[in-house]
Amino acid sequence: MEQCTYLSVTQLPDVARRVRHHILSMIHASGAGHPGGSLSCVEILVTLYFREMRVSPTDPRWPDRDRFVLSKGHASATLYSVLAERGFFPVDELLTFDVIDSRLQGHVDMTKTPGVDMSTGSLGQGLSAACGMALGAKLGKQEFRVYCLLGDGESQEGQIWEAAMFAGNRALDNLTAIVDYNKVQLCGPVAQVMPLEPYTDKWRSFGWSVVEVDGHDFEQLISGFRRARETRGAPTVLVAHTVKGKGVSFMEGQAKWHSRPIADDEFERALEEIGLPQARRAFGADLLTDGAGGGKR
Amino acid sequence: MSIGVRESIRDAFGDALVELGRKDPRVVVLDADLAESTRSAKFAKQFPARFIECGIAEQNMVGVAAGLASVGFVPFVTTFCVFASKRVYDQVSISVAYPRLNVKVCGAYTGLFTGKTGATHQAIEDLALMRAVPNMTVIEPIDAREAALAVRYAARTPGPVYLRIARDAYPVISDPAAEQACDAERDGGANGLPRFMKARTLADGDDVAIIAMGTMVHAALAARDALREKGVVPRVVAVSCLKPIDEAGIVEAAAETGAVVTVENHSIIGGLGGACAEVLGEQCPVPLKRVGIRDVFGESGSDADLARKYGLTADHIAQACLEVLATKAGRGGVGGSARIERAGACRREL
Ligand SMILES: Cc1ncc(C[n+]2csc(CCOP(=O)(O)OP(=O)(O)O)c2C)c(N)n1
Repeated sequence: MEQCTYLSVTQLPDVARRVRHHILSMIHASGAGHPGGSLSCVEILVTLYFREMRVSPTDPRWPDRDRFVLSKGHASATLYSVLAERGFFPVDELLTFDVIDSRLQGHVDMTKTPGVDMSTGSLGQGLSAACGMALGAKLGKQEFRVYCLLGDGESQEGQIWEAAMFAGNRALDNLTAIVDYNKVQLCGPVAQVMPLEPYTDKWRSFGWSVVEVDGHDFEQLISGFRRARETRGAPTVLVAHTVKGKGVSFMEGQAKWHSRPIADDEFERALEEIGLPQARRAFGADLLTDGAGGGKR
Repeated sequence: MSIGVRESIRDAFGDALVELGRKDPRVVVLDADLAESTRSAKFAKQFPARFIECGIAEQNMVGVAAGLASVGFVPFVTTFCVFASKRVYDQVSISVAYPRLNVKVCGAYTGLFTGKTGATHQAIEDLALMRAVPNMTVIEPIDAREAALAVRYAARTPGPVYLRIARDAYPVISDPAAEQACDAERDGGANGLPRFMKARTLADGDDVAIIAMGTMVHAALAARDALREKGVVPRVVAVSCLKPIDEAGIVEAAAETGAVVTVENHSIIGGLGGACAEVLGEQCPVPLKRVGIRDVFGESGSDADLARKYGLTADHIAQACLEVLATKAGRGGVGGSARIERAGACRREL
């Protein structure tokens, strides 16, 4: 069953605020998780699930749905929060994150969580799976599109470039990769650990169409995804410039906030900075408007 | 290090790398964006020129280490166990073990206990994989003191070594004498291994042998305490070196007790349980039970919850002992008399 409902651009910031609130609450409650890389990709995932992708929360396995692969599987808290807001499972369930027997694993697990299309957690593997899905759509003459979110540090893995070569060769124009280019990995700045620049040149030379966007700007993300959809004969990568830990001043740009628990006082301060979301309830179908933009094919 | 005090195993590992770096300029350390977690960051701080950050690219890292070894360096490669084994298996096999290059592959975060990260970071197959590679030595220390010994042993022993390093702190229980002995015993005792690499008895008993690996020895000792209250006295035997495994030591424990329970923070397939089953099946068949992860992927959760759900607590070990005792020779188990004869036979051979 197809359900193509989308929010207007002006509604997205409030969803993003709620998602940040969930992320911080989950990591604070569990005492483990990845705040930095979860906060940097909030706008990207909100745009995908509330503007761009055709998905059906009431039928998570709808065969014609668009697919999303969270290759940087440690940003699970963001995907869970967005899926819950979108109605795939109750928002209350978010606080079971990382607890034994939970459907919400530390790294995403497609066998456990409704709405998760691929299991990940070992970096570098997601883009290959996304290539397989996109190729499968073409072979099966299906219309769905495939989206894959990568970390910048993650793109140091050789397998990413094996996949990039494959997608370029196969002209997988139904595949869009997004790089959460937050410039920081686990141990420090990407430019110190293992520089990637000239980064967009690398993607181009592998046969990709490249769009650079501000990864926290909804308008730019929406138009980037539109350009990807309109590109024929090549896969597109959105190189999304972001800030690690975005939204919480003392986490922004800091490698030490890659993976670490959030203490009680830090949690309070972080919530204050993000600002309380206007409504605590998830967006139900009543708040979703019929797709004015991104979803149209 | 004083007996019984909890000490972090990975910190001891990192400190031992630093000590090694001071003594031997050929020692280099390679890591793949996990140096804080593996504690190789300690080495990086002291010897920045000999610390090689490879980025998130483990397969390349192992290949680079092989090249460094071939021109005379002693590379220690550090990352999580899952990546140090599964992610780089072919590189370790073909670029390191096949040419017998002097690379020390060090995995951090053992078994299920990886800090809530879930199945993708839980190393439940690494021992099986590494044990199957020819020319490979496989070591998992039981405590911080042994972690330091293992680093020293690996450094002075030419050839590939897989070192499995736990994340957390455990009581130091290994024999302090082993520390001095390790260097004196550099050419090994009777079977060519220093004392800490042999199967050794941590606590006496004759009813059943609990053969445990790595940090699971602590749960094994707790199981022994619980069983003694029930009148059963197990022997606790530690195996820190899975390969080459101390066959004589394992056969001795089996022959003298007549029943064996193996315990490991790893799948019951291919690790310590597998190795003991192979040795005992050929040389001294006795009733055997394997405590470990029962051929399933793990999940996120606290260490305590995981141990309970996946069967790694002292209770599980004690229960396995009682079950194996029920089938032991002379205790009314099936085929009891045949087993008595067989156990007697391997005792005579010792
Ligand atoms: C193959 C592999 N190696 C190492 C890790 C451990 N690890 C998890 S996240 C991370 C850093 C990722 O950096 P980046 O891709 O930039 O992610 P982000 O900054 O967006 O969180 C590392 C090294 C892993 N999960 N998988």
